Amino acid sequence: MNKILGVTIVSLLLLTACAQPKDAGVENQTDKNGTDGQSTAVDANQTDGQGSATPIADSDTQASAMENSSLTAQQLLEQADTPLASRIIYFSYDSAKVTDESMVLLEAHGNFISENGNVAVRLEGHADERGSREYNIALGDRRAQSVRRILLFQGASSDQIETVSYGEEQPLEMGHNESSWDKNRRVELIYQVK
Amino acid sequence: MNKGITITQRATHRFVTVTMALLFIVISQPVLAVITIEITEGVEGAIPMSVVAFDTSSLPIQMDTDLAGIITNNLNRSGVFKVVNNSKHPSKPHYSKDVDYAQWRAIGQEYLVVGRILNKTGGQLDVQFQLLDVLKQKQLLGYSFPVRLRNIRSTGHEISDLIFEKITGIRGAFNTRIAYINAQTNKARKYVLQVADTDGFNPQTILESDEPLMSPSWSPDGQSLAYVSFENKRPEIFIQHLTTARRSKVSGFKGINGAPSWSPDGKKLALVLSKDKSADIYVMTIATKKLTQLTRHRSIDTEPVWSSDGASIVFTSDRSGSPQLYRVPSSGGQPKRITFEGRYNSAADLSPDDKNIVMVYGEQARYQIALLEPDSGNLTMLTTNNLDESPSFSPNGRMVLYASTENNNGVLYMVSLDGQSRHKLSDQSGDVREPVWGPYKQSRQ
Repeated sequence: MNKILGVTIVSLLLLTACAQPKDAGVENQTDKNGTDGQSTAVDANQTDGQGSATPIADSDTQASAMENSSLTAQQLLEQADTPLASRIIYFSYDSAKVTDESMVLLEAHGNFISENGNVAVRLEGHADERGSREYNIALGDRRAQSVRRILLFQGASSDQIETVSYGEEQPLEMGHNESSWDKNRRVELIYQVK
Repeated sequence: MNKGITITQRATHRFVTVTMALLFIVISQPVLAVITIEITEGVEGAIPMSVVAFDTSSLPIQMDTDLAGIITNNLNRSGVFKVVNNSKHPSKPHYSKDVDYAQWRAIGQEYLVVGRILNKTGGQLDVQFQLLDVLKQKQLLGYSFPVRLRNIRSTGHEISDLIFEKITGIRGAFNTRIAYINAQTNKARKYVLQVADTDGFNPQTILESDEPLMSPSWSPDGQSLAYVSFENKRPEIFIQHLTTARRSKVSGFKGINGAPSWSPDGKKLALVLSKDKSADIYVMTIATKKLTQLTRHRSIDTEPVWSSDGASIVFTSDRSGSPQLYRVPSSGGQPKRITFEGRYNSAADLSPDDKNIVMVYGEQARYQIALLEPDSGNLTMLTTNNLDESPSFSPNGRMVLYASTENNNGVLYMVSLDGQSRHKLSDQSGDVREPVWGPYKQSRQ
């Protein structure tokens, strides 16, 4: 429970953080015009405040979608050097917590999926070789589930997402050392454009 | 495709393709051994004995199978005996009447096995052996086995069992089988579910797939295996009858379908399902596929194993923050934690008398096989490697089969319950993992 809450809170914070530079002008104006009492009210409704900030963020992403409107989902996926081109999320040992860096990446993926209804993604969770195999299946599953929750939060629809865990059965790196293990604890995003 | 498998198909008897083109089921007769026993450690206080090479002079052919060698390896592997190398034998008697007991006493032997393989009509052989007490100068056991040449190894295991039981009073488990997954992960990935004798000989392919195979579990009658297959790009549980190769999917829910474990009465399967939530333990009545949810927790609950009376199930859960073992009544109830030492305890197997638990014990970067005596809380490390897993008790509870990693490959080991005798079943051809020791064979009579 705590972990899910943690992930949600972190992703909420990140959303706010990401939204801030773009929305800065708007928020500053509100601050300027608002009295102390009003700003306190805004603080108290922190979550509501984020909710009301969402339409702005949405229109923002809509704008960027329009910029790319000439590109199909397939073409967007084939572009190099974009966040969408990074399709592996890495994890710490025995953990399914998405790091702040990965959160930024998943925001891009989440937006992409929510804006392209013809896109489906398969989340393949993996673990390093240490410990028992079925526990690692469950760990890979937990990792895929945390990525899934974030994508859903970003607006992806649940019928666009499939999860599967391979546990330690399909390592990327065959070494039996920390550097291999670091690369094997992962969730891979595998896209399909219908 | 793998050369060995192609040969198997040609020579073979039954070849059934099910569900997907990628997947093969091959039932084969014994093929040449790919696994050989490698003795890694000697044991202090083991009982000294000798097994004299059996007389085969009456046979019309040269026999490849070294019956005395099979028995010698088996008894050595148990850790209970120290069987003297045949180069040290002072003489080579084949009948008790030819034994000069003083010779064997002189080199400190307590027991002696002599025997011969006689030629009978119709392709039958008669394998005869005698177990002799060197100090008392008398026969303890004498048996005659009518047997066909191709079953001679199995006779070697039966003889080993009889000797073991006569001297220790404990039923032998040499004439049983093991199942394991052999993975080729170098180029084209391939996963093979195999069954072999306990000395690694006679490996038979049960199933071969390009997608992962996992978690084999024996039915209590030794006739079937349950396992996890990713042949449909996701984990599903199948049950397969070994001799007919008939198989059926018993669990294909959304999410995890894993860790099948057969109940002692053969009627139920404990398994792990996630159905898009966290992994929980369920019990399935095999005949009706009816499911009962046994654990309900946001944590990972997995790796169920039954107590021998079927009354309780031990499983791994990380509800405390790290993987630990818990026990829950198989009819439902509150799980009780049973491991308290160490950060990582998982993948339990219970001894047939329920007095011992073997598990993976992880501390820092080391994952070893540990023995836990739940009544006293005593914890003993049975192995010293870094990446050991999948411990499985022999049906008599005296040995533990497990997987280790050496030179980037999975290898199988057996260790005695005191940790003193450790033997490798080495395999040059693949990455072997997830061994499970099968039950006693149905009796010969």
